[in-house]
Amino acid sequence: MPILEIDHLQKSYGETHILHDINISIDEGDFLVLVGPSGCGKSTLLNCIAGLEPITGGTIRIGGRDVTGVSPKDRDIAMVFQSYALYPTMSVARNITFGMQVRGVDKATQDRKLAEVSRQLQIEQLLQRKPGQLSGGQRQRVAMGRALVRDPKLFLFDEPLSNLDAKLRVSMRTEIKKLHQDLNASIVYVTHDQIEAMTLATKIVVMKGGVIQQIGSPAEIYNRPANMFVADFMGSPAMNLIPARVRAEDGQTRIEIDRDGDAPLVITDPVSRNLPAEIVLGVRPEDIHEATGNAHLPGTAQDAGGDVMIEIVEPAGADTFAVTHLGGKPVTARLRAETEVRPRQKFPLAFDLSKVSYFSPQDGQRLN
Amino acid sequence: MTSNTTLLRWGLYGILILFALFYLLPLFVMLTTSLKSLEEIRTGSLLALPRAITFQPWLEAWSTACAGTQCEGLRPFFWNSVLMAVPAVMISTVVGALNGYVFAQWRFPGANLFFAAILFGCFIPFQVVLMPMARMLGLMGLAGTIPGLIFVHVIYGIGFTTLFFRNYYVTIPQELVRAAKVDGAGFFRIFWSIFLPISLPIITVSVIWQFTQIWNDFLFGVSFSGPGSQPVTVALNNIVNSTTGVKAYNVDMAAAIIAALPTLLVYVVAGKYFIRGLTAGSVKG
Repeated sequence: MPILEIDHLQKSYGETHILHDINISIDEGDFLVLVGPSGCGKSTLLNCIAGLEPITGGTIRIGGRDVTGVSPKDRDIAMVFQSYALYPTMSVARNITFGMQVRGVDKATQDRKLAEVSRQLQIEQLLQRKPGQLSGGQRQRVAMGRALVRDPKLFLFDEPLSNLDAKLRVSMRTEIKKLHQDLNASIVYVTHDQIEAMTLATKIVVMKGGVIQQIGSPAEIYNRPANMFVADFMGSPAMNLIPARVRAEDGQTRIEIDRDGDAPLVITDPVSRNLPAEIVLGVRPEDIHEATGNAHLPGTAQDAGGDVMIEIVEPAGADTFAVTHLGGKPVTARLRAETEVRPRQKFPLAFDLSKVSYFSPQDGQRLN
Repeated sequence: MTSNTTLLRWGLYGILILFALFYLLPLFVMLTTSLKSLEEIRTGSLLALPRAITFQPWLEAWSTACAGTQCEGLRPFFWNSVLMAVPAVMISTVVGALNGYVFAQWRFPGANLFFAAILFGCFIPFQVVLMPMARMLGLMGLAGTIPGLIFVHVIYGIGFTTLFFRNYYVTIPQELVRAAKVDGAGFFRIFWSIFLPISLPIITVSVIWQFTQIWNDFLFGVSFSGPGSQPVTVALNNIVNSTTGVKAYNVDMAAAIIAALPTLLVYVVAGKYFIRGLTAGSVKG
């Protein structure tokens, strides 16, 4: 039985439609990440799941129970907010037990759960402090503690790491992932950070303008983006989107890409068929290699490419990024650090054709 | 520091001291006059310190001075004012806090219009409401009573107290209410457990403001009170105006100081919170 089912959910403020026909279903133990640029409706959707925002149409079921009109406290959920929303005048201990107090849980149980959760999150020494005396990371832990004592069917996280500095964010990310594994908790998590989405999720929902663009596992979203928006949004550096022309020759698909100051680059795709005349070729930076001529690189069976003029070289330690211009667009290749590549010189590059995506330039949808 | 800036600094202090003296002079005259005998007032200078200090005028002002035909001093009227001001301040502050809480955190359709209407209430001149209010009090059977005065002051004060609390609570992130809702707390529980404990500065502002307004009010007091319910401001006016023969300046001054003392006291006790409360929320929008 799915732990959360969202069925044809609509949300509008008067004439303004915020969410269009949202359908999502996740199983127990799933870690669902809602990701998208700001204003895409992901936080609104989370608030709808929490019951903090009324919905205009559709149904929401949590643990098989229809909770569409049910108030937040009766949905069996717990939520962690972006600003942590700790009660400023209460001690950490009271912050964590407040919900139990309101629900009339007896004192012994409150104390036991408080002890359990504070040990788990290593905040035992902070219990008597006020939120104002805590660091950002500590507040984050308290906010999670408040959710954990609830032991709910579903955890909701609203950009919980966005107020932390970069280093702390990475370590808290790992902790959240560990927590998810230890508790086998079901989680819905909102973020605008695609790396957070990739690392945490078992399932990702990419949203834009209140519409779901794609639902899938991190690998599906990364390797087979449903459209150009998803391709561009997920991954850093972003997927290269190169305008290209297609023609059939000798029963094979030839793809022509304009090169600066040279004849067009022609590559042969032995697999793809029935592509339209104009396409956008999507290829991730790590799927562009140095063309070596022999087939010892992974995936080189379908490698195809040629010499291109390198414009900029950015060594980044583990990798070296080389930027060239193809089809009128800058194209980034992620090369091995030791690659001998110089700016303003020609360099042989090859695309791993088993990993490329083709998109329609008209509607941006995936073609292969 | 150059000698030039030092000079400027002293000039600045000089001007400030001058203004302070200017404002303190009336208080000085009142205080010294109230401690002089009538004989000394007639013969001495206005600004001179009393030669022989007497507390007789204070005693008279408190318990025997005549306000009209009633010669019991300010005492009964002082208590009228206390009985009027304390409940009126408390009720208007509590109602204002709840109103502000709703306007800031529980937005409802038309909330802006409602808030604008309440704000407008702050700017209605007293004179405009005199007649309708008299009629209302008559219909409610509260005309000429202390509860009637409490009612008038509560109604008139709610606009201000709502404004204070709304502006204070609007700086508190909405996520706090949402978190409490998820925790299962309701409207009053959230107010009581989360909002009230952080409200001390703004409660102080509201109390000082309301107490000063209500205690010092004369127009409502003179319009809506009966013989047994006149507040101290009305009585002060009557004492000063009902002289027989010689004008007892020392008693008048003592009575005026007595009438002003409570508002002064409130400000001295809670003044530092007043400034803090007024500026609270102005830093973070």
